[in-house]
Amino acid sequence: MNAEILTFAIAGAFAVVGALGVVLARNPVHSALFLVQTLFSIAVLFIAKEAYFLAAIQVIVYAGAIVILFLFVIMLVGVDQSERLDIEPVVGIRPLAVVAGGALLAGLVTVILTVEEATGTGIIPIDPDATDIEQLGDVLFTDWVFAFQLTALLLTIAVVGAVVLARRPRGDLQPMPEPAPLVVEYHRALAAEDAGPADDGEAAEVEVEEADE
Amino acid sequence: MDTSVAYLVLAAVIFAIGAVGLLVRRNPLVMFMCVELMLNAVNLTFVSFGDDMGDLGGQLSVFFVLVVAAAEVVVGLAIIVAIMRRRPRASADDLSALRG
Repeated sequence: MNAEILTFAIAGAFAVVGALGVVLARNPVHSALFLVQTLFSIAVLFIAKEAYFLAAIQVIVYAGAIVILFLFVIMLVGVDQSERLDIEPVVGIRPLAVVAGGALLAGLVTVILTVEEATGTGIIPIDPDATDIEQLGDVLFTDWVFAFQLTALLLTIAVVGAVVLARRPRGDLQPMPEPAPLVVEYHRALAAEDAGPADDGEAAEVEVEEADE
Repeated sequence: MDTSVAYLVLAAVIFAIGAVGLLVRRNPLVMFMCVELMLNAVNLTFVSFGDDMGDLGGQLSVFFVLVVAAAEVVVGLAIIVAIMRRRPRASADDLSALRG
């Protein structure tokens, strides 16, 4: 077994386990940590595919900045309590979602296995003598400089938008409109559930009895 | 087995897991993480094709996807903070304020 296949097998297995962990973990903090695992494995695969600069960026920007931002928000808004995964939010959505995901995967794999192998030279051929960071910088600051500046503009707008959105509103702002009746009912039900654990216990007992029958 | 096909299949698997997670989970933060999973699967596809075809365009696309994803996460998390501050324990099903 050569090194490339071994690297792919290990990093790929870690990536898939991490992805499953993001979806299945009950606690959002655990989801974020599983996400780090997947992102790091994908960085390893980038190195195997000779994209060294992107691997570094992947670790620094994704695993370093974005996941830390996620953890920061989880701690800030205090939603680190576990979600109750035993309650299905919309009846029947889970089997449907798994079927849809399976169909999506089957379609993608069919396309991958049936199309002809991608070969030939592209629009911007890679120069094997130069490093990838050299070539990326070359292209970014000549042919793609307009797109590059647009991303700078996008980031500026995003930062301003984030500051405006997350600023704590002071006095004079217009009050938020009343939530829809359905939402009010939902929160009343949640509050009742918090206040009276007895109700919850009874409901659970009823469910158990039904299961016994 | 050809490894480039294996890379594409792996990316498809991660993409599908992210899509299922987006449909199943109701915590807006976890849904965001699933979107990140899907974006990363696509990035892996870009890099794999770029390497197979000897084209720098794949890596270039990943660079731009990374920047746009960072901007998206910043704005999305700010919206989540704003919502959670007004209504703690909000799930994605509560956020119908923009419905016409």
